[in-house]
Amino acid sequence: MASYPASYKYTKDHEWVELSGERGKVGITDYAQQQLGDVVYVELPEIGTNLKQGQSFGTIESVKAVSELYAPVSGEVLEVNTALKEKPEEVNADPHGSWMIVVRLTSAGETGALLDAAQYQDLVK
Amino acid sequence: MVPFGGWDMPVEYSGIVAEHMAVRTRAGLFDVSHMGQIEIAGSDALAAVQRISSNDASKLSAGQAQYSGLLTRAGTFIDDLLVYRLAPTHFLLVVNASHIPKDYAWIAEEIKPAGDAVAVDASSRYALLALQGPAARDVLQPLTGVELTDLKYYWFAHGEVASVRATISRTGYTGEDGFEIFVPPASADRVWQAILESGRSVDVVPAGLGARDTLRLEAAMRLHGNDIDETTTALEADLSWIVGWKKDDFIGAGALREQKAHGVRRKIVGFEMLDRGIARQGYEAYVDGASAPAGIVTSGTQTPYLKKAIGMGYLPVEHTAIDTEFDVDIRGRRTRARVVPMPFYKRQK
Repeated sequence: MASYPASYKYTKDHEWVELSGERGKVGITDYAQQQLGDVVYVELPEIGTNLKQGQSFGTIESVKAVSELYAPVSGEVLEVNTALKEKPEEVNADPHGSWMIVVRLTSAGETGALLDAAQYQDLVK
Repeated sequence: MVPFGGWDMPVEYSGIVAEHMAVRTRAGLFDVSHMGQIEIAGSDALAAVQRISSNDASKLSAGQAQYSGLLTRAGTFIDDLLVYRLAPTHFLLVVNASHIPKDYAWIAEEIKPAGDAVAVDASSRYALLALQGPAARDVLQPLTGVELTDLKYYWFAHGEVASVRATISRTGYTGEDGFEIFVPPASADRVWQAILESGRSVDVVPAGLGARDTLRLEAAMRLHGNDIDETTTALEADLSWIVGWKKDDFIGAGALREQKAHGVRRKIVGFEMLDRGIARQGYEAYVDGASAPAGIVTSGTQTPYLKKAIGMGYLPVEHTAIDTEFDVDIRGRRTRARVVPMPFYKRQK
């Protein structure tokens, strides 16, 4: 059982976001990757895309299923982890290190609605 | 665990990719006890089987099996099945779990004109384990007196496995060498444990429905409900080889002979994706940049062994030549695919 970093915030849709100032780094949780199984494809947005909290920013596909990725916070996409295109299995190996996008937050107030690590762990236990 | 045809079945044990690779490189053990067994016996049993099964069962010796179709009068698939000739006048049909009641009702009714033959749903009398992979023979041999080297592909023998009465069949649904083992349900767990124990030194792993699906797809084996069903004929599914063209009348023969004479309008193809993405069941296919769909994907996955996105589907027959390119709509995105030969994977003999 992987631990959920206390410095991250989480969504009920099983994304995590690491906030630092106006930047938020986004990925999916260990629970999510376990449910998906072997990840074979990650489709991510273009840099510059403007996302609303809860909006789909891409898809993640495992051998058995396709799932949407949802933005934990509103913001503009600053960086995209293109390495995941070639090595999608990294999401399974290191879910909390395999970031997908970095966004510049446009509504700082939204982060209050996110779960902390303890709340998220309660949700998935 | 997922519900499947009334059974709770594991999709994966250690992971679909790990299990898939184990079967391709070592061996995997599947519990496929959900499969149905229907026996047909009586002095006219052969005539009964010949009537309801598309393949030519007269070619089977006792101890031999064949793949076949249970067809409608339109030549489409009620189900696909394996036909085992247990004795000259005694056959065992292995059918898909979700279709057992439908298949049995159809068979019981349709064999009546054949004369002295009765059908029995014997599904509850059999558990079925499948040991598949290049190491399968070496793992199973120490547990049985049946000389496995002498057991040819699509033949079977009666004997014991781990001191349990068993029928061992050299068949499978993975494209790999291997065995399907029929045992009494009460002893299935013992046989399962004994095989895993015997396979410990070569790391034989339990394998679930997920790997079964990716393995059969690499081997281009049709899955009923995906690639074949009551809307697709044996010719459209490119399964002419399981049609007994030379035998007397059987259900679906008229429709198939007519379709053979006139040609099919659509046909199954194997394809691989040229752009990134996985084309899954139900996704629509487009040819020549047209806005209306021309075909449909019936199975698709990212294959663990070949490491490609592959699939099967139906296209208009004029677009089914090898290397023909077409598009699949993957959640709103036109994604390029190319027709390739099947099977996608063929084991080294």
